[in-house]
Amino acid sequence: MSDTFKQSFGKRPLRLRWLLKMAWRDSRRNRGRLALFISSIVLGIAALVAINSFSDNLRTDIDKQAKSLIGADLVIAANKEIEEDQQQLLDSIAIGGDRSDEVRFVSMVQFKASGGTRLVQVRALERGGFPYYGSIETEPQSASSTFRQEGRQALVDHTLLLQYNSKPGDSIQIGNQTFEIAGALHKIPGQSAMTATIAPAVYIPRRYLNETGLLQKGSRISYYHYYKLAENTDPDKLVKKLEKRLDEAGFGYDTIESRKESTGKSYEDLARFLALVGFVALLLGCVGVASAVHVYIREKLATIGVLRCLGVSGKQAFLIYLFQVMAMGLIGSIVGAILGSLIQLYLPELFKSFLPVDVTVAVSWSAILQGIAIGIVVAVLFALLPLLSIRNISPLITLRAGIEHVSKQPDKLRWGVYFLILAFIFIFSYFQLGTWLQALSFTGGVLIAFVVLALIARLMMWLVKRFFPVHWGYVWRQSLANLYRPNNQTLLLTVSIGLGTALIATLFLMQRILLSEVAFAASENQPNMVLFDIQSAQKDEVANLAREKGLPILQMVPVVTMRLDEINGLTGADVRADTTLGISERAFTREFRVTYRDTLISSEKTVEGTWQGEVNDMTAAIPISVEERYAERLKAGLGDTLIFNVQGALIPTVVTHLREIEWNRVQTNFLILFPKGILEEAPQFHVLMTRTETDEQAARFQQTLVGKFPNVSAIDLGLILETLDDILGKIYFVIRFMALFSICTGLLVLIGSINNSKYQRVQESVLLRTLGASRKQILGINAFEYLLLGALAAGTGIILSVAASWALAVFSFEVAFVPDLTPLLPVFAGITALTVFVGMLNSRGILNRPPLEVLRREAS
Amino acid sequence: MPALRYTYTFCQLTFIHQLKTILTKVSTILAIQDLKKTYDSGDRHLTVLQGINFSLQAGDVCSIVGPSGSGKTTLLGLCAGLDRASSGSVVLNGVKLDDLSEDERAQVRNQYVGFIFQNFQLIPTLTALENVMVPLELRGERNVQQQAMELLARVGLAERFDHYPTQLSGGEQQRVSLARAFSNKPAILFADEPTGNLDEETGERVEQLLFDLNREAGTTLVLVTHDLELAAKTDRIIRIKGGTVVSDEVTSVVNNG
Repeated sequence: MSDTFKQSFGKRPLRLRWLLKMAWRDSRRNRGRLALFISSIVLGIAALVAINSFSDNLRTDIDKQAKSLIGADLVIAANKEIEEDQQQLLDSIAIGGDRSDEVRFVSMVQFKASGGTRLVQVRALERGGFPYYGSIETEPQSASSTFRQEGRQALVDHTLLLQYNSKPGDSIQIGNQTFEIAGALHKIPGQSAMTATIAPAVYIPRRYLNETGLLQKGSRISYYHYYKLAENTDPDKLVKKLEKRLDEAGFGYDTIESRKESTGKSYEDLARFLALVGFVALLLGCVGVASAVHVYIREKLATIGVLRCLGVSGKQAFLIYLFQVMAMGLIGSIVGAILGSLIQLYLPELFKSFLPVDVTVAVSWSAILQGIAIGIVVAVLFALLPLLSIRNISPLITLRAGIEHVSKQPDKLRWGVYFLILAFIFIFSYFQLGTWLQALSFTGGVLIAFVVLALIARLMMWLVKRFFPVHWGYVWRQSLANLYRPNNQTLLLTVSIGLGTALIATLFLMQRILLSEVAFAASENQPNMVLFDIQSAQKDEVANLAREKGLPILQMVPVVTMRLDEINGLTGADVRADTTLGISERAFTREFRVTYRDTLISSEKTVEGTWQGEVNDMTAAIPISVEERYAERLKAGLGDTLIFNVQGALIPTVVTHLREIEWNRVQTNFLILFPKGILEEAPQFHVLMTRTETDEQAARFQQTLVGKFPNVSAIDLGLILETLDDILGKIYFVIRFMALFSICTGLLVLIGSINNSKYQRVQESVLLRTLGASRKQILGINAFEYLLLGALAAGTGIILSVAASWALAVFSFEVAFVPDLTPLLPVFAGITALTVFVGMLNSRGILNRPPLEVLRREAS
Repeated sequence: MPALRYTYTFCQLTFIHQLKTILTKVSTILAIQDLKKTYDSGDRHLTVLQGINFSLQAGDVCSIVGPSGSGKTTLLGLCAGLDRASSGSVVLNGVKLDDLSEDERAQVRNQYVGFIFQNFQLIPTLTALENVMVPLELRGERNVQQQAMELLARVGLAERFDHYPTQLSGGEQQRVSLARAFSNKPAILFADEPTGNLDEETGERVEQLLFDLNREAGTTLVLVTHDLELAAKTDRIIRIKGGTVVSDEVTSVVNNG
């Protein structure tokens, strides 16, 4: 008969519509609870949507404004004067189109009105109609086109004019020549506000360049050639065709397409990193989701039992609650997407100074839809863990509340869910990070963090149980016992608080590490002014001038510029042809600034080999020292030969020494170091380091210097520091801004987790009060328990963060790992205190009511 | 003629026996055979029920009584298909429950079984009306709302149809629970201490309503209670002690309302 039953009843319809209706009805009285569940994913989704919308808009804007990024179809740049045959090549490209030439170098200028001096980037522009796309924006507007025609006129960066109290009409001295300021520069094609602060630009007509007397051998001068190509010429195809000749000539080149790519790429990398920070916030929120759903389902046990009694199948009961979670995930994601779209309005402002294009604000539906989809998927995936147990809830619970209502058998599907979660994290991080290895490290890191926290929680429970301090006072014993009693929240709270702490602490640590990497030690006796481009003949006079003005000569270093021709017989062409060699291609195109001396200085340390300070034998290969990490990039070790080209003269060398350099000391540091006795006669300039005590002294010295030695440039490190500070401040603000999402999510999860355990704590506290425990005792029990939980979770989180920052520092940012743990103390104390505070806030309401009232209320 | 008489009696007996067998097959609602339930906790086996045998016919009104811990609630759970026996069999309305999966038993419950619980077990998030509607909706029936309203009216709560359980008194909740129990026109109704959580007066009114509705619907009723007064109002009392049936008797007092 049962077979007949099976046949007739076996395929019962699922009744999806009814299940949806039940999900709706059942949620009506629990919306507040579910809102908390929503809130924990809102911020993560908001962060993702904001960043991705911004990236989308940035991409479209870069596309739209690509041409004005370089202002021409093609730019060819050289670091040395053009030779005759090269000139022919350059001229041939311009046939049928137009060309503008520009000479670029840094130099001191003096503002006549205020007498102030400042290092600027001088751009001497000649012929042609550059920019062909976009414009040089000036005030007055006409100045950008007229300054080339009307005598000795200059365009000067507008912030410089403000700083030095000058205005159009005033004059400015560059080298030996005085120019009239024709206009204030507001925007140059392809330049962002950040690059403008580092090297503010001054445009002059090229035909007056020689008069300035600044073009001297050994000076670092770049030559730019801007092309407007003939109508039917594709710049990328042209470049492809000329690639070999351009490379041979040592020319750099950029087309609209290549600039678009590189611009897009560098900001996409940043956006991807930020999106990942947002994703971590989302993951943290998901822990909150899992924990909220876990407790929610526990409270729904009776209802589920009744439904099962009335004939609802396990699958149907599971679906009712799955639908609720999906709906909440959807609402949370939509709220997050709206919030993210609003935050996005603010992002262009935040990134403005880093971007070479104007970013417009537009709603990015793809980012919104992606955010919503991700929100639902992760919310459901994480909620599945507690939801799966619904299928095994026995209807017997209606008869006996205390019975083991959930089967103890391990559910195989749980492993499936774990797998799906990891797979999702892996795939998502792959799309954000771009490489499988990085995605794997990220997923592995998240997994390890979870596992370590879970293990620590279990270990703590085991330890407390195993070594229970029987002779302690009642309050202590009760709170310790709470950690491992049935239905405890130890695991959940440890994981969520620990993960949040780990994230926050990692951000803190990384910020410190990166900051210390670039921060200059502005302490006593450290140089704060660098003079460079000093010609050999001027060397002694400049030193004397400094001494006259009472400034110490802290360092005087000769600098020889050279290029690398061969590494162990391999030329640049060989390296380009065979990428498996792994040698940096740039090594063959860049210019090396090299010094020579007989001893190592205090910021240098021998890693391998011996340093031979002086060489007299010019016929053998010259023993040189290479900075350790740079040697790795060159794939050159001790005994390897490098051939350098110093203004046409080839110098064979052999690596005999590897050095480690403390880069963050204010010193002139060099990747390549030559011994004495070789480069003395090579074209060179000198760098002098000194220290000024006041800004006034610095200004006076610079003024005299520019007057006497117009070719010598001075960098005021104080000014550089300020600029760096400003830029770093902006970068950190962006990172902090994103971290804020994680921190807020962490807080929400914390509040949620503690609120979730409230129900159980209410019953316990009431019971204890009924048994005669005083208010103080109950407070003590709760406070101590939360203190233990908070401290342990925060402590574990911090240990994890140290490990994570170490990995990030060493593998990702390739900087030394010198953790500054001091700021972590307040993080630790803060989070522990917050845990106790939120926990106590929750129990406050209970303590104020008479026990009977609560007991009655709980019973009904 | 004694032989003939004997023959007659024998024939009569045989006939009655056969008739009874046929009738049993048709109208036995619940048949319990050699039922045993043990719980394993670590190495120990705790036998809660053992050697239980009885059957109920359509329309029977029966009570299972016994002290706390005697196993009566366990027996109820097994009879209603909420739990699985360790050995023996339960046949409910012709369906052998022993080899059905939990979901299949859920279906049996939805088709044939009604429940009334000591603590009402209304779903707190549903209104009175919705609570009554659930079993009907689950069966995919039509005019569900109208049927449910009629039942609510029958228990005197038509006007409070949109109230949530927390807004109803204990007696009212149990009346909603009665309406729900009868909504799917069950073949058999299990009531676990239906008046256990109610004061005497309310309890009596609920009892009366239960018996009335039961008689009208002709449902088989199994009442689990330790209230002997209530048990005495049923046709048959099965006493359990220490996990076995100690007596199974038909009461002289037939409940007539």
